[in-house]
Amino acid sequence: MQMAFAIDGIDCAACIDEIEDAAEREPGVSLARLNYTTHRLTVDWAAGTAPGPAGVIATLARSGYRAYPFEADRLEAIEHATSRHLLRCLAVAGFAAMNIMLLSVSVWSGNVSDITPETRDLFHWLSALIALPAAAYAGQPFFQSAVRALRTGTLNMDVPITLGVVLALGVSVFETVNHAEHAYFDSAVMLLFFLLTGRYLDHAMRRRTRAEAGNLAALRASSANRVGIDGQVVTVPAAAVKAGDEVMVRAGERVPVDGLVLSGSGAVDESLVTGETLPRPVAGGESVHAGGLVHDGVLRVRATAVGEDTFLQEIERLLDRASTARGRYVRLADRAARLYAPMVHTAAALSLVGWLIAGASLHQAVLIAVAVLIITCPCALALAVPAVQVVAAGAMMRRGVLLHSGDALERLAEADSVAFDKTGTLTLPEPAVANSEAVPAELMQAAARLALASTHPLARAIAAAVPGAVPAGQVREVTGAGVEGTIDGVPARLGSPAFCDCAALAAAAAPDASLVAVRLGARCAVIEIRQALRPDALAVLDELRRQGRHIVILSGDRAEAVAPVAEALHVEDWWAQARPAEKIAVLESLEATGRNVLMVGDGINDAPSLAAAHVSISPITAADVARAQADAVFLGDRLAPVPAALAIAVRARRLMRQNLVIAVAYNVVAVPLAIGGFVTPLIAALAMSGSSILVTLNALRARGGAEAADVVAAAEADASAGASASASAFATKGAS
Amino acid sequence: MTVLLYLVPAALSLGLLGLGAFLWSLRSGQYEDLDGAAVRVLSDDDLVGYDETGAPGSKVTAGEARRR
Repeated sequence: MQMAFAIDGIDCAACIDEIEDAAEREPGVSLARLNYTTHRLTVDWAAGTAPGPAGVIATLARSGYRAYPFEADRLEAIEHATSRHLLRCLAVAGFAAMNIMLLSVSVWSGNVSDITPETRDLFHWLSALIALPAAAYAGQPFFQSAVRALRTGTLNMDVPITLGVVLALGVSVFETVNHAEHAYFDSAVMLLFFLLTGRYLDHAMRRRTRAEAGNLAALRASSANRVGIDGQVVTVPAAAVKAGDEVMVRAGERVPVDGLVLSGSGAVDESLVTGETLPRPVAGGESVHAGGLVHDGVLRVRATAVGEDTFLQEIERLLDRASTARGRYVRLADRAARLYAPMVHTAAALSLVGWLIAGASLHQAVLIAVAVLIITCPCALALAVPAVQVVAAGAMMRRGVLLHSGDALERLAEADSVAFDKTGTLTLPEPAVANSEAVPAELMQAAARLALASTHPLARAIAAAVPGAVPAGQVREVTGAGVEGTIDGVPARLGSPAFCDCAALAAAAAPDASLVAVRLGARCAVIEIRQALRPDALAVLDELRRQGRHIVILSGDRAEAVAPVAEALHVEDWWAQARPAEKIAVLESLEATGRNVLMVGDGINDAPSLAAAHVSISPITAADVARAQADAVFLGDRLAPVPAALAIAVRARRLMRQNLVIAVAYNVVAVPLAIGGFVTPLIAALAMSGSSILVTLNALRARGGAEAADVVAAAEADASAGASASASAFATKGAS
Repeated sequence: MTVLLYLVPAALSLGLLGLGAFLWSLRSGQYEDLDGAAVRVLSDDDLVGYDETGAPGSKVTAGEARRR
């Protein structure tokens, strides 16, 4: 019995041991093996024991890793098989190329000295013996694709490749039979080897992306507490809830569906949905959206029919429109390939006809045309972009950015404006205590001790503000109001200002914060809780401005909440209370002025604008819909990955262009030589491998280098200094 | 030139041996987790079968070795 889990939170080599160790301690587990590349854990249960996935998940949660049962989908299995097939073809082509080259070098050196025609023929026949079966096997990916393309009456890159390989082999056999001096077996097989390398790299990039997407999909699966007809509460996957079902949502849980509140009341934090930071009080008869976090109380929600006017429906409509608009983007490599294929065929055909007209024999003319086809075969071109993509994606991963698609790299490099969402993007997703200095230490301590007994999101923020607090004894939860208990014999309360009898104090507090009051005996204080800025937000925005990028804030929150953030971060262009459609409108108006906008956002309401923007990034904590739409996801509490990703992308694009220039320059030199009839197999082999190796080495420079690392280092250095400054500036602005 | 009769087959069979080794390692899944292989080198897993002194002692399982 085997089962796979997607693991969240792996960031170091030591995690491997820790995770495998923890899983193997579970009863019945015979082997646990973590795949560090895809962040997946495979667990084997010993025969005869009942597998307990829940036990493994719980154990890993205690070690600080989130695990989710995972089922690889069919598409992924196909990708996996294709990738192995490519690797096998690559190995065969590599073996054949090396051995034929061995024989070819002997022939070439023999041709200028003392090789006998019999030995040369023997070597050519041996080459043919290796090359023909090897090419038949290793060329499959190209041959099949070329046949498919021709059947539908189109031309793709694989058509000239197939034509080149087949013609080269055919001519070589013909030459060998006629005891000629030259044969092209080595060129044909080496061609396949380099092309397969490019194809494999491209595939590896996409496969890694898909594995990542699969993990994200597993993380998305949330559960719901469905209330049955007999009143029994059953936990089911959120997807299993149908319209008309009744679900129960407790404090600290997210609402799994769009619906109407049947009974109960409480505050719902919908920052992930609308961008609004303050919790919204809801009571019976009001509607709630999927993704909202219930702050207090227990809600019974009737899932509404998926009507035309639900919020998610509107988001989906906008998403459909936005993503079709972006599908038109043409990748750099495709643009190059589109020009390339017809040019190659024309050049080969023209040189054949030209030499025939010039009076050459058919044999000679065909040889020259084949040389043109071989030398122009897009080896360097096929490697130019994928090699850079793979190296750049690796560099990004090391800096905490996961790319979803290859062309995101190119679009990222073109971004000259950045639009930030406020809640959860510029600010941290979890709320934090904003005025801990203003609250007497003793009261803060008491608040934290009481808070440890509650699952309320605000209570968790208070508990996190005082590390090492000991839970207070005999704490009683008063639904919808707060908790009360005794601390060192003194009665203490934590909860709404009214519950703690200090509503007067609360009136003087900041308007955009959530308020929690604490009472210890006769003393009382109000704790303000708000979403704090990410620690390096100011440093990162300054860095982006220094690079000449235009910055705007697009928030669904109220103007009073956005203004202080915009001021603290020195952003002049900001929009508040923007609905999803309005966010798209702002992006479109920016794009209309010729700008390419990078959208950074995390909420469900950001999803359409993430899809509509030229390119987009989400934090890993974002809502599922948003994460699925973003081109990249970044990890951690800092914003530094965003400028780092931009820097790497700019560098990668420059390298891709350089590579394409190298590939073209090689053709400019080599094609006239081939058309002129000067290309011997030796020259073709040297030129082809030379250009491919040059391109690959150039791609390795995308690994990062000083430039990209500097940005991050600078932001990191500023973060410690900037964090306290910007946070306090924000706090004072908010209070005024 | 008779030496070719030995050398060419020898070179080819060595090449085929390499190809076979690669295909075997591919089939046995050794390319599934290249990043993991790079960092597993650092773990103490290879002490399996030995106690803390490193001398051949009582056999322990991989999990036990890691727990030590």
